[in-house]
Amino acid sequence: MSDGTQHIGGNQRSGEFLTFTLGDEEYGVEILKVQEIRGYDTVTSIAHAPEFIKGVINLRGLIVPIVDMRIKFSLGNVEYNEFTVVIILNIADRVVGIVVDSVSDVITLDGEQIRPAPQLGAAVDTAYILGLGSLDDRMIILVDIERLMTHPDMALVDQQPLAA
Amino acid sequence: MDVSQFHAVFFEEANEHLESLESLLLSLDLAEPDAEQLNAIFRAAHSIKGGAATFGFRDVAELTHALETLLDRLRKQELQPTRPMVDALLAGGDILHSQLAAHRGQGSADPASAEAARARIEALASGDCAPAAVPVTALAGPAPLERRSVRFRGALAQEVVDNLLGELRGLGTLEVLSEPARARGKAGKRKGSWVLVLTARASADELQELMQFVIQPEELEIGRGEPVDDMAAETDQGFGFFTDAPGAPQEDPGYGFFEAPQAPTAEASGGFGFFADAPGAPSEGVVVPLQAQTKSATSLPIAPAPRVVPMSGGDSSSIRVSVEKVDQLINLVGELVITQAMLAQTSAQLDPLQCGRLSQRLAQLERNTRDLQEAVMSIRMLPIAFVFSRFPRLVHDLASKLGKQVELKTVGEGTELDKGVIEKIADPLTHLVRNSLDHGIESPEARQAAGKPEIGTITLRAFHQGGSIVIEVVDDGGGLDRRRILAKARSRGMQVSDDMSDQDVWQLIFEPGFSTAEVVSDVSGRGVGMDVVRRNIQAAGGRVELSSVTGQGTRISIRLPLTLAILDGMSIAVGTEMFILPLSFVVESMQPKAAEIHTVQGAARVIQVRGEHLTVMSLSRLLDIPSGVERLEQGIIVILEAEGGKVALSVDELVGQHQVVIKSLETNYRKVPYVSGATIMGDGRVALILDVAALVRVAYGLAEAA
Repeated sequence: MSDGTQHIGGNQRSGEFLTFTLGDEEYGVEILKVQEIRGYDTVTSIAHAPEFIKGVINLRGLIVPIVDMRIKFSLGNVEYNEFTVVIILNIADRVVGIVVDSVSDVITLDGEQIRPAPQLGAAVDTAYILGLGSLDDRMIILVDIERLMTHPDMALVDQQPLAA
Repeated sequence: MDVSQFHAVFFEEANEHLESLESLLLSLDLAEPDAEQLNAIFRAAHSIKGGAATFGFRDVAELTHALETLLDRLRKQELQPTRPMVDALLAGGDILHSQLAAHRGQGSADPASAEAARARIEALASGDCAPAAVPVTALAGPAPLERRSVRFRGALAQEVVDNLLGELRGLGTLEVLSEPARARGKAGKRKGSWVLVLTARASADELQELMQFVIQPEELEIGRGEPVDDMAAETDQGFGFFTDAPGAPQEDPGYGFFEAPQAPTAEASGGFGFFADAPGAPSEGVVVPLQAQTKSATSLPIAPAPRVVPMSGGDSSSIRVSVEKVDQLINLVGELVITQAMLAQTSAQLDPLQCGRLSQRLAQLERNTRDLQEAVMSIRMLPIAFVFSRFPRLVHDLASKLGKQVELKTVGEGTELDKGVIEKIADPLTHLVRNSLDHGIESPEARQAAGKPEIGTITLRAFHQGGSIVIEVVDDGGGLDRRRILAKARSRGMQVSDDMSDQDVWQLIFEPGFSTAEVVSDVSGRGVGMDVVRRNIQAAGGRVELSSVTGQGTRISIRLPLTLAILDGMSIAVGTEMFILPLSFVVESMQPKAAEIHTVQGAARVIQVRGEHLTVMSLSRLLDIPSGVERLEQGIIVILEAEGGKVALSVDELVGQHQVVIKSLETNYRKVPYVSGATIMGDGRVALILDVAALVRVAYGLAEAA
């Protein structure tokens, strides 16, 4: 972490991660990409947008799109109540909100604790997975959120992207 | 019209550029000049030149042109910057300062010193062994200078003489040994013979060439004189009281001729008197060319010693702030207004008896926020005079070129609008004025024949109407020629008929490539005009209207939003969703009767409105939102007009009319079909602003399938 160890495999990074759950799975995103966490508010829907794009909200004057990760990954119960959580992310100079089941905690993982994801077959695209983090007996799926969000499939960005 | 206001901006900018020029020059590493830095210096000079030329400050423009030439060669690495160059450029900058100050009415500039500086810079720019044409003062040393005596006769205007002497001074050191008596009056000519002594490295031929423009060859005599040293002695003899001065240049290291050595000045002040107003000068940075001091007491051809106006620490009456900062402020205030609206909405649900004081204070908050918003918006507001002020000159020049007599009237120059809108409006407006002049106003003979005053009138008028600004260009010319427009349209293969309404015929001139000018001039007539005008104005959120009476004139009105950040909108609802239609596109709204709606082939629906059949588009179907009404006649039809087409949009209900702050969807999201932007409503929710032009295109492209 503090020494910024880069492990073999290249995409295994140590650092702090915000973890959240989608159904029974636990995910993590780099803490530096997270701007804030807030409740789910009324969303203005957008015509002809993919189902997982719930619409846009007013975040203190900014128009911010909201993506429901539960729909995107087909996980969890898609319902909206006062406990629904939105993580506001700062990605590629943009602000995007993602809806998740719940936010757990911030964890620190060092290089040793992050393993590359195994090939999971055609069903899962591992390109967006930085690696699998293990903490005690938890397994956290570390998502390359920037890559995921700027992918054309997400229909969040015009044309092709600012993605790395 | 307050042109001086315009000038103030130029002066402010020019001073800024000069300052950056100076600081960049000073920080320039001569051994390894940074290309970017040289570019920046060049740009600064270039900007000043551009502005000065625009405002007709010729002296400033000429000097900056010289600066620019040298800097251009430097940045192209054709020349290696040297200390003398930097010095010369800095000195040029100082003179620019005083010239600018003079134009501002503070102090005065000395054309001779400017001329000298220009010559020096030009010499450096010409690059071939810089010292060649540099004034002698710079070449203290054994440089093979030649002294020539120059005699000429003739009757010359003072101005001509000044120019000539200036040119010569640019070559080297010039002394005027004798000159004819000064003529009375400024414009008077001075007759008689002149005897000059020029010490420079110019050959006799060069001198002759230089002077032949003003002086007949037979009246000019150029002789070879003694070496410099002797000259000094001779000059001394000639003037007696001038012991120190001639030596001074040689002792003065470097390019001293801008730094009047203390001694001669002191002496001069006593001896000549005409420096009386500048004696303490050197200490306060007065620029006195040495040449001026070596003049005889009787010669006063140059202006009084120039005074570099002490630079004040910035003009306190205005500050320059980046537009981003202002926009940020506007955004924040927009937020505040929304928050305030939310508070007001919440408090409306409270019991007024219990919370009377709260609602009172909230009302006060509302007033304060409105005032604040207005004040902040006004930061970006500029009077339209900024655009109008360019027209008197344009009209004058064009009219004389076209042999027409035109008077330009401007009304309402004080009308304010957003800086962004002003920038967008300037070009279309220029085009319209040119058009009016070229096509509208007839020649004086034609006007006389038509019984109209010979002098045509073009009126530019600006006024506020609701949340928009209206700018009119009115001329009392011949008006549009219906027949010619129709003929032209036919020749271009357009579908037209003779019984089209006037309004429809006028619309034709907005078609691309349409021009009825009989002769294509460099003024107008290439037909790239009106369509571009309309597109530009629509891009700024406005629209163009045109009315014309044959023989009496044409009126073109441009209606624009006051700012690009705010839009007059009509809010409409479909199901639970709310949308904003920009009011400028809304023609009318109505509750349709079942009898007015017809189907075509059982699919497309049209509605008959005042004899026109318009395609009906259902917003709920277009955007795939469940509608709250089952039948069209239960909802509302809004007639929209954009890009020359009309469409009837069916919605559930009209909600209201607001001014909305436009927010971009693309900042964090992407372009959404049929949507041009978003805004935040009073309850904090986001509402999308519909792109009416896109809706009309859809209606005309693929009419709605029912």
